Amino acid sequence: MELSSHYLREKLQRDLEAEHVEVEDTTLNRCATSFRVLVVSTKFEGKPLLQRHRLVNECLAEELPHIHAFEQKTLTPEQWAREQPK
Amino acid sequence: MSGSLGRAAAALLRWGRGGGLWSPGVRTAGSGAGGGGGSGSTEHLDALVKKDKVVVFLKGTPEQPQCGFSNAVVQILRLHGVRDYAAYNVLDDPDLRQGIKDYSNWPTIPQVYLNGEFVGGCDILLQMHQNGDLVEELKKLGVRSALLGEDKDQDSK
Repeated sequence: MELSSHYLREKLQRDLEAEHVEVEDTTLNRCATSFRVLVVSTKFEGKPLLQRHRLVNECLAEELPHIHAFEQKTLTPEQWAREQPK
Repeated sequence: MSGSLGRAAAALLRWGRGGGLWSPGVRTAGSGAGGGGGSGSTEHLDALVKKDKVVVFLKGTPEQPQCGFSNAVVQILRLHGVRDYAAYNVLDDPDLRQGIKDYSNWPTIPQVYLNGEFVGGCDILLQMHQNGDLVEELKKLGVRSALLGEDKDQDSK
C-alpha cells in the first residue's frame, strides 16, 4: 500500500465515483503523513456531513491508520459548481 | 481546491494564539477509570459522552491545545460562547485515545459530541459553524450561541 496523493486520488475517484477529487499532501505542515482531500460526488447527495465523511473514511479504511492528520471536504456536484468563481 | 476551509481554520488558529480569556466553566475531566483498560471501554465512553451536553475529545486541553485541529474546535466553541463543556485530553491516556476512535468509528482526534451523539471532527464543526448549523444544534440543546444577533459574517470570506 502506497500512501501518495496520486494513489489516494485514484482510490477516492474510483470508489466514490467522484466527479472531481483533489488530494493535497500536507505532511510538511504537520510533521507526519497528512493529507487534505476534496471529493465531489453524486453519492453525497441527500447525505448529512457526517455520513459523507464516513463514506470517505470507509473508502480509505486501510490507509487512514497510517495517516496522522486528515482533512476532508465533501461536496455534491451542485455545491461544487456553486463554489466556482463566476 | 478552493481552500476556504483551510483559510478559515487558519484564521481560527491565529486567534487562538493570543492566550488570554479562558472561561472558568470549562471542565477538563480525567478519564476517571484508574487503569485496567476501563477508560477506553464502551461503557465508560458511553457514560462520558452522555454526561454533558457538549463533549469534546482533544489533543491537549482547552487552555493548551496540542494540535491545530483540536485548537480549532476549542476556538469555535469559544466563538459561540459555549462555556460549559467537558473536554477530555486523549494525550493523557492511550486507552482513551484508541477507545474513542473505536467507539465513534472515527479515525482522528478531535471528536465532538452533542447531546450524546457524535457530530464529527474539526472539519465538520467548522462547516457547521460557517453554514449556521452549529447555532441551530446548540439551540436544540438549550444553548444560545453568542453569535446570535451579531454579525455572523465576521469569518467568512
